[in-house]
Amino acid sequence: MTQEKAPLQSPSIDPAELAKFAALAAEWWAPDGAFAALHRMSPVRMGFVRDRAMSHFQRPQGRRPLDGLTAYDIGCGGGLASLPLARLGAAVEGIDASPEAIGAARAQAAALGLPAVFSVDAVEAMAARGAKPADLVIALEIIEHVADLRSFLEAIEALVRPGGLLILSSINRTAKARALAIMAAERLLRWAPEGTHEFEKLVKPEEITSALPGFAWEKPVGMSYSVLDRSWRLSADVSMNYLLAGARPG
Amino acid sequence: MTLRSSPRSFTAQPRSDVFISGGGPAGQTLALALAQGGLSVAMADAQPPAETLAEHFDGRAFAIAFANMRMWKALGLGEALAPHAQRIEKIVVADGRIGGPARDGVSLSHLFFDREEIAPGADGEALGYMLEYRHIRRALDQAVRAEPRIRFLAPMTVEGFEAGPAGVSVRLASGETIASDLLVGADGRKSFVRRKAGVDVVGWPYPVTAVVATVRHEKPHGGVAHELFLPAGPFAILPLTGHRANIVWVEKHKAAQALLAMREEDFLAELRPRFGDFLGALSLEGPRFGYPLSLQLATAMIAPRTALVADAAHGVHPIAGQGLNIGLKDVAALAECVVDSMAAGLDAADPSGLERYQRWRRVDNVSMAAATDVFDRLFSNDNLGLRVARRTGLALVNAIGPARRFFMRFAGGAEGALPKLLRGESLAA
Repeated sequence: MTQEKAPLQSPSIDPAELAKFAALAAEWWAPDGAFAALHRMSPVRMGFVRDRAMSHFQRPQGRRPLDGLTAYDIGCGGGLASLPLARLGAAVEGIDASPEAIGAARAQAAALGLPAVFSVDAVEAMAARGAKPADLVIALEIIEHVADLRSFLEAIEALVRPGGLLILSSINRTAKARALAIMAAERLLRWAPEGTHEFEKLVKPEEITSALPGFAWEKPVGMSYSVLDRSWRLSADVSMNYLLAGARPG
Repeated sequence: MTLRSSPRSFTAQPRSDVFISGGGPAGQTLALALAQGGLSVAMADAQPPAETLAEHFDGRAFAIAFANMRMWKALGLGEALAPHAQRIEKIVVADGRIGGPARDGVSLSHLFFDREEIAPGADGEALGYMLEYRHIRRALDQAVRAEPRIRFLAPMTVEGFEAGPAGVSVRLASGETIASDLLVGADGRKSFVRRKAGVDVVGWPYPVTAVVATVRHEKPHGGVAHELFLPAGPFAILPLTGHRANIVWVEKHKAAQALLAMREEDFLAELRPRFGDFLGALSLEGPRFGYPLSLQLATAMIAPRTALVADAAHGVHPIAGQGLNIGLKDVAALAECVVDSMAAGLDAADPSGLERYQRWRRVDNVSMAAATDVFDRLFSNDNLGLRVARRTGLALVNAIGPARRFFMRFAGGAEGALPKLLRGESLAA
């Protein structure tokens, strides 16, 4: 993709940087690119986020059910979840430590004309400087990659406004997950580059809920992959991939 | 593939969620279904509307499966179609020889489909509805033009398109470029979208032409459709509103050409022994039309940012009246997949959604193509052995209630996991 002008108007954005990262947008957003497996999760993941948010904030059906809500997408990568949130009406800010990922997310948002904002940032830094808490915070497929889970979760807590909603998704630390998510998915199917996940860093849902006891947590919901249909669906089995929603009391 | 335009000029282009190439019944129904789901649609059709809406543009009538009629009703077309829809109460399939249905009487070679078996009661759902093409076109055209979410361009040709990570950019003959999430090829058997997307087709022509005409008859038909298997191919009598019927008469190309060219009284003289005299005196209404038959299947129904529906994806032998019906089932499935993707905030062309569409429709389409092809080969042959076999087969199917009901529901379109629209439900959020 070529780029003649900077599509976003913000003093913090360097058009030259955007042009440099535009090529990466193709990788993040190519249907058969390196992130194809993550894209396949989108329908069920985003369906869950939408449904939980609509019920928590008592939103009516419609094309933009999250209109007027503010949202942080923590560990947003190329914006795979941020852009859907923007389409659903949320004023979303995607946060990622990787400038390459943020560049790709900005380029895709600009190409689609979606008003999502992206920042190279870290949750601890945001919490420390008192960033404005949002109605909705999502952290999808990210906690298994963080160095210090407790500090990460505590910082996230500060980013959810009282009365707001937090949604996380990840891979459980079970023998089944080790066999399937790491051995099969990375080494055999090559869905993700080898070394994407380390077994010891996987997080059990109860480790999240006990780290943030102030939240009203719902029961975790499983996400199961059907090899036959090549698609994900919600399930009762949380031994592999799971989704977790918790409300911060108002 | 990359988009030629820069991001800024891309967003400055007119943008619709979905672009549909081809404004025939499948394309128009899809446009209405997507609009009901809240999506914006641009649709281009190469033919001028005055021509497609003309009284004699296309002489065919369609047996619309009850599930598809439910979809049209769910899309608000019920009122416009009702006055022109003839209920099919019963379908009689027979292994005939020239002599007509009346002379054969009830024999072992008859196969009955009776709507009482699937929807008992006086006001139960019909097996299907006979509708003339022009009435379908007018009802759809009116609804499409009344829908503000649809921009309908006709006559307008699609000259090219480029698919990229942020959308598909469609170039029109007018010089305009329209950006969309998804491009749908509803552009018929010779689909430009299919060719340009690099999707291959497999298929073969049949050495036959379907001669289609409308006849006026003396006595009421009672909503009974007849499908007779004559040596050259199927011969169908399909009830229309009033004392009228549409006939579909399949003959070898040469014979069909002769039937199309001959004087009206000569045509009627050829027709009478096949039609029989059970409906009294016959006369022709309007011109005769010829449609050479072929089978064609696209090797895929999707490509990046592209989906194919109806004849662009598959052209079956119209032996069981399934051509438009399976096209409309494609439409119902695709509309639901796309609306679901967008409802989750995803791109209308989200790959998982498109793959779900292909999975949903592919098996049905291939099996229907195979079934109608085998059916045709079995019945379009005067070999004595085959004749005995099919008489036995028909009698057996008739004798076995559950098998008959399954066949009937399959022809009616109610088998398998049905898209919402085919259950008569709206896609509106």
